[in-house]
Amino acid sequence: MSEVQQQGGGGKGDGKVRSKKSSTKIDMTPMVDLAFLLLTFFMLTTTFNKPQTMEIIMPEKPKEEEDQPLVNEKKVVTLLLSKDDKIYYYVGITDPTVEVTDFSKDGIRKTLLDYNAAIKDMTVLIKPADNARYKNVVDILDEMNITNIKRYAIVDITPVDNNLIKKKDGGETATK
Amino acid sequence: MTPMVDLAFLLVTFFMLTTKFAPEEPVAVDMPSSTSEIRLPDTDILTITISKEGSVFFNMDGKYTRATLLGKMGDKYGQSFTPEETAKFALLPSFGVPMNALKGYLDLSPEDRKLVKQPGIPCDSVHNELQDWIVMSRISNPKLRIAVKGDGNANYPVVKEVIKTLVDRKVNRFNLITNLERTAKAKE
Repeated sequence: MSEVQQQGGGGKGDGKVRSKKSSTKIDMTPMVDLAFLLLTFFMLTTTFNKPQTMEIIMPEKPKEEEDQPLVNEKKVVTLLLSKDDKIYYYVGITDPTVEVTDFSKDGIRKTLLDYNAAIKDMTVLIKPADNARYKNVVDILDEMNITNIKRYAIVDITPVDNNLIKKKDGGETATK
Repeated sequence: MTPMVDLAFLLVTFFMLTTKFAPEEPVAVDMPSSTSEIRLPDTDILTITISKEGSVFFNMDGKYTRATLLGKMGDKYGQSFTPEETAKFALLPSFGVPMNALKGYLDLSPEDRKLVKQPGIPCDSVHNELQDWIVMSRISNPKLRIAVKGDGNANYPVVKEVIKTLVDRKVNRFNLITNLERTAKAKE
Protein backbone atom coordinates (compact mmCIF):
# COMPACT_ATOMS: atom_id res chain seq x y z
CA MET A 1 0.00 0.00 0.00
CA SER A 2 2.82 2.32 0.82
CA GLU A 3 4.39 1.70 -2.59
CA VAL A 4 1.53 3.11 -4.64
CA GLN A 5 1.96 6.78 -3.91
CA GLN A 6 5.76 6.70 -3.85
CA GLN A 7 6.31 8.70 -7.00
CA GLY A 8 3.02 10.48 -7.05
CA GLY A 9 4.35 13.80 -8.33
CA GLY A 10 6.62 12.42 -11.10
CA GLY A 11 6.66 13.64 -14.69
CA LYS A 12 5.22 11.90 -17.73
CA GLY A 13 8.66 10.78 -18.85
CA ASP A 14 8.93 8.44 -15.89
CA GLY A 15 5.67 6.74 -16.75
CA LYS A 16 7.20 3.74 -18.48
CA VAL A 17 9.76 3.08 -15.81
CA ARG A 18 7.13 3.28 -13.14
CA SER A 19 4.88 0.82 -14.89
CA LYS A 20 7.76 -1.63 -15.25
CA LYS A 21 8.50 -1.35 -11.58
CA SER A 22 4.92 -1.92 -10.62
CA SER A 23 4.77 -5.09 -12.74
CA THR A 24 7.74 -6.69 -10.99
CA LYS A 25 6.78 -5.73 -7.48
CA ILE A 26 3.84 -7.60 -6.10
CA ASP A 27 2.17 -6.49 -2.99
CA MET A 28 2.29 -9.63 -0.90
CA THR A 29 0.76 -8.32 2.26
CA PRO A 30 -2.55 -10.18 1.62
CA MET A 31 -0.70 -13.42 1.07
CA VAL A 32 1.30 -13.10 4.20
CA ASP A 33 -1.92 -12.25 5.94
CA LEU A 34 -3.50 -15.38 4.58
CA ALA A 35 -0.50 -17.42 5.56
CA PHE A 36 -0.70 -16.19 9.09
CA LEU A 37 -4.42 -16.77 9.13
CA LEU A 38 -3.89 -20.38 8.10
CA LEU A 39 -1.15 -20.82 10.62
CA THR A 40 -3.40 -19.54 13.34
CA PHE A 41 -6.24 -21.73 12.09
CA PHE A 42 -4.18 -24.90 12.13
CA MET A 43 -2.66 -24.11 15.46
CA LEU A 44 -6.05 -23.67 17.01
CA THR A 45 -7.79 -26.61 15.37
CA THR A 46 -5.19 -29.36 15.51
CA THR A 47 -5.87 -31.77 18.29
CA PHE A 48 -2.87 -33.85 19.07
CA ASN A 49 -4.70 -37.14 18.80
CA LYS A 50 -5.31 -37.44 22.47
CA PRO A 51 -5.93 -41.01 23.50
CA GLN A 52 -9.24 -42.13 24.93
CA THR A 53 -9.46 -43.67 28.33
CA MET A 54 -11.86 -45.81 30.26
CA GLU A 55 -12.09 -44.99 33.85
CA ILE A 56 -12.41 -47.94 36.15
CA ILE A 57 -12.85 -47.89 39.86
CA MET A 58 -11.78 -50.95 41.73
CA PRO A 59 -13.39 -51.72 45.05
CA GLU A 60 -11.38 -51.01 48.10
CA LYS A 61 -9.72 -53.95 49.73
CA PRO A 62 -12.09 -55.23 52.40
CA LYS A 63 -10.50 -55.22 55.81
CA GLU A 64 -12.30 -58.30 56.96
CA GLU A 65 -14.06 -61.11 55.21
CA GLU A 66 -17.40 -60.08 56.74
CA ASP A 67 -17.28 -56.75 54.99
CA GLN A 68 -17.92 -58.34 51.62
CA PRO A 69 -21.38 -57.65 50.28
CA LEU A 70 -23.65 -60.63 49.84
CA VAL A 71 -25.24 -61.23 46.48
CA ASN A 72 -28.06 -63.53 45.52
CA GLU A 73 -26.37 -66.27 43.54
CA LYS A 74 -29.21 -66.51 41.04
CA LYS A 75 -28.48 -62.98 40.00
CA VAL A 76 -24.83 -63.55 39.37
CA VAL A 77 -23.56 -64.08 35.86
CA THR A 78 -19.96 -65.18 35.72
CA LEU A 79 -17.88 -64.58 32.63
CA LEU A 80 -14.65 -66.50 32.33
CA LEU A 81 -12.28 -65.02 29.78
CA SER A 82 -9.98 -67.59 28.35
CA LYS A 83 -7.51 -68.03 25.53
CA ASP A 84 -8.38 -67.64 21.83
CA ASP A 85 -10.85 -64.87 22.72
CA LYS A 86 -13.34 -67.31 24.16
CA ILE A 87 -15.79 -66.46 26.90
CA TYR A 88 -17.28 -69.13 29.13
CA TYR A 89 -20.30 -67.97 31.04
CA TYR A 90 -22.74 -69.34 33.53
CA VAL A 91 -25.47 -68.16 35.88
CA GLY A 92 -25.41 -68.93 39.55
CA ILE A 93 -22.68 -70.63 41.48
CA THR A 94 -23.78 -74.10 42.48
CA ASP A 95 -23.58 -76.68 39.72
CA PRO A 96 -23.67 -74.26 36.78
CA THR A 97 -24.13 -75.12 33.13
CA VAL A 98 -21.27 -73.51 31.26
CA GLU A 99 -21.74 -72.04 27.81
CA VAL A 100 -19.13 -70.75 25.38
CA THR A 101 -19.33 -67.60 23.30
CA ASP A 102 -17.03 -65.04 21.72
CA PHE A 103 -16.61 -61.28 21.46
CA SER A 104 -18.70 -60.86 18.33
CA LYS A 105 -21.82 -58.73 18.27
CA ASP A 106 -24.14 -61.74 18.33
CA GLY A 107 -22.02 -63.44 20.92
CA ILE A 108 -21.45 -61.90 24.30
CA ARG A 109 -23.36 -58.69 23.65
CA LYS A 110 -26.57 -60.51 22.83
CA THR A 111 -26.11 -62.83 25.78
CA LEU A 112 -25.54 -59.94 28.14
CA LEU A 113 -28.53 -58.01 26.84
CA ASP A 114 -30.72 -61.09 27.21
CA TYR A 115 -29.56 -61.74 30.73
CA ASN A 116 -29.87 -58.10 31.64
CA ALA A 117 -33.49 -58.12 30.52
CA ALA A 118 -34.26 -61.42 32.24
CA ILE A 119 -32.50 -60.88 35.56
CA LYS A 120 -33.26 -57.86 37.66
CA ASP A 121 -30.27 -56.35 39.45
CA MET A 122 -27.88 -58.61 37.65
CA THR A 123 -24.31 -58.69 38.84
CA VAL A 124 -21.59 -59.69 36.43
CA LEU A 125 -18.37 -61.21 37.64
CA ILE A 126 -15.54 -60.97 35.15
CA LYS A 127 -12.87 -63.54 35.77
CA PRO A 128 -10.01 -63.40 33.32
CA ALA A 129 -8.06 -66.64 33.23
CA ASP A 130 -4.30 -66.53 33.23
CA ASN A 131 -4.18 -67.21 29.51
CA ALA A 132 -6.50 -64.34 28.69
CA ARG A 133 -5.10 -61.23 27.11
CA TYR A 134 -5.42 -57.64 28.20
CA LYS A 135 -7.46 -56.90 25.10
CA ASN A 136 -10.14 -59.33 26.27
CA VAL A 137 -10.48 -57.50 29.56
CA VAL A 138 -10.80 -54.12 27.89
CA ASP A 139 -13.29 -55.55 25.40
CA ILE A 140 -15.47 -57.02 28.09
CA LEU A 141 -15.39 -53.79 30.10
CA ASP A 142 -16.42 -52.03 26.93
CA GLU A 143 -19.29 -54.47 26.47
CA MET A 144 -20.44 -53.64 29.99
CA ASN A 145 -20.45 -50.02 28.95
CA ILE A 146 -22.32 -50.71 25.73
CA THR A 147 -24.95 -52.98 27.24
CA ASN A 148 -25.37 -50.54 30.08
CA ILE A 149 -24.71 -53.00 32.88
CA LYS A 150 -24.04 -51.13 36.06
CA ARG A 151 -22.94 -53.82 38.46
CA TYR A 152 -19.85 -55.69 37.47
CA ALA A 153 -16.55 -56.59 39.02
CA ILE A 154 -13.24 -57.97 37.93
CA VAL A 155 -12.44 -60.92 40.14
CA ASP A 156 -9.51 -63.29 40.28
CA ILE A 157 -10.14 -66.66 38.74
CA THR A 158 -10.50 -69.64 41.06
CA PRO A 159 -9.37 -73.24 40.55
CA VAL A 160 -13.05 -74.20 40.40
CA ASP A 161 -13.53 -71.96 37.39
CA ASN A 162 -10.45 -73.36 35.72
CA ASN A 163 -11.90 -76.82 36.15
CA LEU A 164 -15.16 -75.69 34.63
CA ILE A 165 -13.33 -74.45 31.54
CA LYS A 166 -11.40 -77.69 31.31
CA LYS A 167 -14.53 -79.73 31.72
CA LYS A 168 -16.33 -77.72 29.06
CA ASP A 169 -13.43 -78.06 26.64
CA GLY A 170 -13.15 -81.77 27.33
CA GLY A 171 -16.86 -82.27 26.76
CA GLU A 172 -16.73 -80.40 23.47
CA THR A 173 -13.90 -82.38 22.01
CA ALA A 174 -15.59 -85.59 23.09
CA THR A 175 -18.79 -84.77 21.21
CA LYS A 176 -16.83 -83.84 18.08
CA MET B 1 10.94 -15.48 -3.64
CA THR B 2 9.73 -13.90 -0.45
CA PRO B 3 6.27 -15.56 -0.56
CA MET B 4 7.92 -18.90 -1.03
CA VAL B 5 10.17 -18.28 1.90
CA ASP B 6 7.13 -17.26 3.86
CA LEU B 7 5.35 -20.44 2.97
CA ALA B 8 8.40 -22.47 3.79
CA PHE B 9 8.60 -20.89 7.18
CA LEU B 10 4.93 -21.46 7.67
CA LEU B 11 5.28 -25.15 6.90
CA VAL B 12 8.32 -25.46 9.07
CA THR B 13 6.49 -23.85 11.95
CA PHE B 14 3.46 -26.02 11.38
CA PHE B 15 5.36 -29.27 11.27
CA MET B 16 7.46 -28.32 14.22
CA LEU B 17 4.37 -27.66 16.24
CA THR B 18 2.58 -30.83 15.24
CA THR B 19 5.35 -33.36 15.47
CA LYS B 20 7.08 -32.20 18.60
CA PHE B 21 4.59 -33.65 21.02
CA ALA B 22 4.70 -37.26 19.92
CA PRO B 23 6.37 -38.86 22.93
CA GLU B 24 8.99 -41.45 22.22
CA GLU B 25 8.25 -44.79 23.70
CA PRO B 26 10.74 -47.51 24.45
CA VAL B 27 8.29 -50.09 23.14
CA ALA B 28 5.57 -49.99 20.56
CA VAL B 29 2.25 -50.49 22.26
CA ASP B 30 -0.78 -51.54 20.31
CA MET B 31 -3.64 -50.39 22.48
CA PRO B 32 -6.99 -52.12 22.44
CA SER B 33 -9.94 -50.12 21.24
CA SER B 34 -13.05 -49.16 23.14
CA THR B 35 -16.10 -47.00 22.68
CA SER B 36 -15.19 -44.87 25.64
CA GLU B 37 -14.98 -41.21 24.80
CA ILE B 38 -13.37 -39.77 27.87
CA ARG B 39 -10.22 -37.97 26.90
CA LEU B 40 -7.07 -38.27 28.88
CA PRO B 41 -6.08 -35.05 30.61
CA ASP B 42 -2.85 -33.42 29.51
CA THR B 43 -1.10 -32.89 32.77
CA ASP B 44 -0.46 -34.73 36.02
CA ILE B 45 -0.46 -38.14 34.43
CA LEU B 46 1.40 -41.19 35.55
CA THR B 47 1.53 -43.73 32.76
CA ILE B 48 2.21 -47.37 33.39
CA THR B 49 2.95 -49.02 30.08
CA ILE B 50 2.65 -52.76 29.71
CA SER B 51 4.39 -54.14 26.65
CA LYS B 52 3.41 -57.16 24.64
CA GLU B 53 6.14 -59.19 26.31
CA GLY B 54 4.81 -58.25 29.72
CA SER B 55 7.43 -55.76 30.86
CA VAL B 56 6.24 -52.77 32.79
CA PHE B 57 7.36 -49.23 32.03
CA PHE B 58 6.87 -46.13 34.07
CA ASN B 59 6.42 -42.53 33.06
CA MET B 60 5.31 -39.42 34.86
CA ASP B 61 5.01 -35.92 33.50
CA GLY B 62 6.25 -32.77 35.16
CA LYS B 63 9.93 -31.96 35.10
CA TYR B 64 10.17 -30.71 38.66
CA THR B 65 8.09 -33.39 40.28
CA ARG B 66 10.25 -35.97 38.55
CA ALA B 67 13.34 -34.51 40.14
CA THR B 68 11.80 -34.82 43.61
CA LEU B 69 10.58 -38.29 42.74
CA LEU B 70 14.07 -39.47 41.87
CA GLY B 71 15.42 -38.00 45.10
CA LYS B 72 12.82 -39.86 47.13
CA MET B 73 13.39 -43.12 45.31
CA GLY B 74 17.12 -42.68 45.80
CA ASP B 75 16.62 -42.25 49.54
CA LYS B 76 14.45 -45.31 49.72
CA TYR B 77 16.86 -47.55 47.85
CA GLY B 78 20.01 -46.05 49.34
CA GLN B 79 21.28 -44.54 46.14
CA SER B 80 22.35 -41.02 45.51
CA PHE B 81 22.03 -39.34 42.17
CA THR B 82 24.18 -36.49 40.94
CA PRO B 83 22.49 -33.29 39.74
CA GLU B 84 23.35 -34.29 36.14
CA GLU B 85 21.63 -37.61 36.57
CA THR B 86 18.61 -35.93 38.08
CA ALA B 87 18.46 -33.53 35.16
CA LYS B 88 18.64 -36.43 32.74
CA PHE B 89 15.95 -38.29 34.63
CA ALA B 90 13.65 -35.27 34.48
CA LEU B 91 13.68 -35.42 30.69
CA LEU B 92 13.56 -39.18 30.34
CA PRO B 93 10.71 -40.77 28.41
CA SER B 94 9.06 -43.96 29.64
CA PHE B 95 11.60 -46.25 31.22
CA GLY B 96 11.62 -49.79 32.46
CA VAL B 97 14.77 -50.51 34.38
CA PRO B 98 15.02 -51.74 37.96
CA MET B 99 16.40 -49.37 40.59
CA ASN B 100 19.82 -51.01 40.74
CA ALA B 101 20.29 -50.51 37.00
CA LEU B 102 18.79 -47.02 36.84
CA LYS B 103 22.02 -45.19 37.60
CA GLY B 104 23.89 -46.96 34.84
CA TYR B 105 21.01 -46.39 32.48
CA LEU B 106 21.00 -42.65 33.20
CA ASP B 107 24.72 -42.41 32.54
CA LEU B 108 24.30 -43.68 29.00
CA SER B 109 23.97 -41.24 26.14
CA PRO B 110 20.44 -40.81 24.73
CA GLU B 111 21.40 -42.80 21.62
CA ASP B 112 22.76 -45.71 23.61
CA ARG B 113 19.71 -45.64 25.83
CA LYS B 114 17.50 -46.47 22.88
CA LEU B 115 19.57 -49.55 22.11
CA VAL B 116 19.34 -50.97 25.61
CA LYS B 117 16.76 -53.69 26.02
CA GLN B 118 14.85 -52.60 29.07
CA PRO B 119 13.73 -55.45 31.30
CA GLY B 120 10.81 -53.59 32.81
CA ILE B 121 10.17 -52.49 36.37
CA PRO B 122 9.81 -55.43 38.75
CA CYS B 123 6.26 -55.62 40.03
CA ASP B 124 5.79 -59.17 41.31
CA SER B 125 4.84 -59.87 44.87
CA VAL B 126 8.40 -60.71 45.95
CA HIS B 127 10.14 -57.67 44.61
CA ASN B 128 7.78 -54.84 43.83
CA GLU B 129 9.49 -51.61 42.82
CA LEU B 130 6.46 -50.37 40.94
CA GLN B 131 4.58 -49.78 44.16
CA ASP B 132 7.37 -47.57 45.47
CA TRP B 133 7.38 -45.60 42.24
CA ILE B 134 3.64 -45.13 42.57
CA VAL B 135 3.74 -44.14 46.22
CA MET B 136 6.63 -41.73 45.77
CA SER B 137 5.05 -40.19 42.69
CA ARG B 138 1.87 -39.55 44.54
CA ILE B 139 3.79 -37.93 47.36
CA SER B 140 5.65 -35.75 44.85
CA ASN B 141 2.47 -34.80 43.04
CA PRO B 142 -0.80 -35.36 44.93
CA LYS B 143 -2.92 -34.39 41.94
CA LEU B 144 -1.61 -37.30 39.94
CA ARG B 145 -3.94 -39.44 37.86
CA ILE B 146 -2.85 -42.92 37.02
CA ALA B 147 -3.27 -44.35 33.55
CA VAL B 148 -2.51 -47.87 32.45
CA LYS B 149 -1.48 -48.21 28.85
CA GLY B 150 -1.40 -51.85 27.98
CA ASP B 151 -0.75 -53.67 24.78
CA GLY B 152 -3.80 -55.59 23.61
CA ASN B 153 -1.80 -58.77 23.36
CA ALA B 154 -0.23 -58.55 26.79
CA ASN B 155 -1.05 -61.52 28.95
CA TYR B 156 -3.52 -60.87 31.69
CA PRO B 157 -1.43 -62.04 34.69
CA VAL B 158 0.91 -59.06 34.23
CA VAL B 159 -2.04 -56.68 34.09
CA LYS B 160 -3.42 -58.40 37.15
CA GLU B 161 -0.16 -57.77 39.02
CA VAL B 162 -0.23 -54.11 38.05
CA ILE B 163 -3.86 -53.68 39.08
CA LYS B 164 -3.19 -55.54 42.30
CA THR B 165 -0.25 -53.25 43.00
CA LEU B 166 -2.44 -50.22 42.42
CA VAL B 167 -5.24 -51.49 44.62
CA ASP B 168 -2.77 -52.47 47.34
CA ARG B 169 -1.53 -48.89 47.34
CA LYS B 170 -5.14 -47.68 47.65
CA VAL B 171 -5.31 -46.44 44.10
CA ASN B 172 -8.81 -47.62 43.31
CA ARG B 173 -9.47 -45.20 40.56
CA PHE B 174 -7.43 -45.31 37.42
CA ASN B 175 -7.70 -45.04 33.68
CA LEU B 176 -7.11 -47.56 30.95
CA ILE B 177 -5.85 -45.90 27.81
CA THR B 178 -7.52 -47.17 24.68
CA ASN B 179 -7.99 -46.23 21.08
CA LEU B 180 -11.32 -45.03 19.84
CA GLU B 181 -13.34 -47.77 18.24
CA ARG B 182 -14.76 -46.82 14.88
CA THR B 183 -17.76 -49.14 14.91
CA ALA B 184 -21.13 -47.80 15.93
CA LYS B 185 -22.45 -48.26 19.38
CA ALA B 186 -25.20 -50.77 20.07
CA LYS B 187 -28.63 -49.31 19.81
CA GLU B 188 -30.29 -48.80 23.10
